[in-house]
Amino acid sequence: MRPQAPIARRALTVVGMQELGAYRVLRLADPDGPAPAPGQFSMLAAVQRWGGGEDERPHVPRAFSIARWQEGEDGMEAHYLLEDVGPGTQRLCELRAGEEVWVLGPLGQGFTPPDEGRRALLVGGGVGIAPLAILQDLLLQHSGTPATSTGAEGRRDLAAPTGVALLGFRDGAHAEGAALLQNVRIATDDGAVGHHGLVTDLLARELDEDPEAVVYACGPAPMLEAVRAMCAEREVPARLALESGMACGFGACFGCVVPTKDGYLRVCVEGPVIDAARLAHVDAHAGAPA
Amino acid sequence: MSVDFCGLELSHPIINASGTFDLLAADTAFGASLRAEFPFAAFVSKTITLAPRAGNPPPRLWESPAGLVNSIGLPNKGLAGYLAHDLPALSSLLAEVDAPLITNVMGATAAEIARLLEVCQAQMQIAAVELNVSCPNVKTGLDIGADPKQLEAVVREVRSRLAKPLIVKLTPNTADVATCAAAAEAGGADAVSLINTLRAMALAPAGHSESPWLGGGTGGLSGPAIRPVALAQVAAVASRVSIPVVGMGGVQSARHAQDLLDVGATLVAVGTQSFRDPLAGRRVALGLAAAGPKSPVSLRASL
Repeated sequence: MRPQAPIARRALTVVGMQELGAYRVLRLADPDGPAPAPGQFSMLAAVQRWGGGEDERPHVPRAFSIARWQEGEDGMEAHYLLEDVGPGTQRLCELRAGEEVWVLGPLGQGFTPPDEGRRALLVGGGVGIAPLAILQDLLLQHSGTPATSTGAEGRRDLAAPTGVALLGFRDGAHAEGAALLQNVRIATDDGAVGHHGLVTDLLARELDEDPEAVVYACGPAPMLEAVRAMCAEREVPARLALESGMACGFGACFGCVVPTKDGYLRVCVEGPVIDAARLAHVDAHAGAPA
Repeated sequence: MSVDFCGLELSHPIINASGTFDLLAADTAFGASLRAEFPFAAFVSKTITLAPRAGNPPPRLWESPAGLVNSIGLPNKGLAGYLAHDLPALSSLLAEVDAPLITNVMGATAAEIARLLEVCQAQMQIAAVELNVSCPNVKTGLDIGADPKQLEAVVREVRSRLAKPLIVKLTPNTADVATCAAAAEAGGADAVSLINTLRAMALAPAGHSESPWLGGGTGGLSGPAIRPVALAQVAAVASRVSIPVVGMGGVQSARHAQDLLDVGATLVAVGTQSFRDPLAGRRVALGLAAAGPKSPVSLRASL
């Protein structure tokens, strides 16, 4: 059974806010929260001044993948990867240590681990790398592989048997987000770091070498669609963490649906991670504003 | 704080607005803590229609100043799917928390509504029915609930099919909501509830094609932005009818609920605030209880 959230939101204290290139990493002390499964998310809202930004927003909380769950100085900490793209994310990016955030979570259906003996290929794009970090932490723990940081352009011989991550970014500032993971291979749109091109170019190479791998992907819709199509063609299992604008995060509002082969699916309760085989196509985020 | 509502004895006056809380999804998300801190004194289902509905194409949400515009489109499994899949699970969960089930239904014709009410009458787990009349008449295109004559005729025609309490959920998108409420009462409604969402629209943001943002074209506005409208409409309705009124619209706190009670509501529903805080209903109910019984203010007389 997946980890469940307490129905009561928790007012959690910000213990850190670090810049990571174009992103920020928000660290919240969560001493009493349930341990999340990789791929689960939380609904976040600043306790103070949630509202009154651009267009008198935000009003509803915002959904964020849990990027990391680890021991901190005062118990467990949850980390979230933020990018300022709207009034909600802007307010969260302004938070400083000591301020409080309402957290409802962990929510949703996370990643299921690969079958024994199959290698996990992590494919991320932009801020979508967040759930892959906590997934990689778990895979590395379970495989017993020592953590080996390879920096920007990982060499193949250093890659762990599980947990290799292929990450795509717009430019160098965004590519700094890759520091969240280990054993990374990077592609950038402008060629500033790593492969000049798409992360799916890297994925094609990996799948050529290891057609038995299982793909775990999260990122912008066009990337996920390319991953879905490639995996469908090669009959590689793929688990996609979808993004969709949400008002509630627990199945109440029916606002976050995406079309599947058998009707609409609520990303918040049936996802965010779903089997790529259920989708005919990954549509652009059907969502509320950020 | 216990309240008598059309013969149902409720532990407090706070319920949910239809379509703002999915009990079965909440059970998946929250498990035991949902039961331990159940937010509502009665539970109102999403709107059930005779045939299944997929709902509107996304996008379905738009955040607006202090509110939310939604265009969900009443997705549901249809009456047969509701009875087979949802009703057993809903009623067993609600029995655990001692909250009655109010099933919300919508039909496009009196015959459809009559059929829905007959089936609800036969299900002992359903304590009362709320009739959503924000449905366009298939012939006139006008919402059934927006036209007092039509509303009275429909309620009168279907009333005999249901011995249980019948609540008519009024639409605020009408010239005179109090006249509509009086029409529902004249047709035989046991209670009215209001306000439903206000018809609203949003255009796609810059960078998108210049078209309506919501997949359904238009949507309904809810949240604190509509609270003063709700207060005015509930006050107008409560001073016109003698049946109980369920007031709702932008309620976030006990104070907001008390305002609606003060102008004549018997129950108050929490809707959009549950999206922000799934325990909102419970917080409002506890806040009302903490404030203690209020000396009856005969505002209704003065309005």
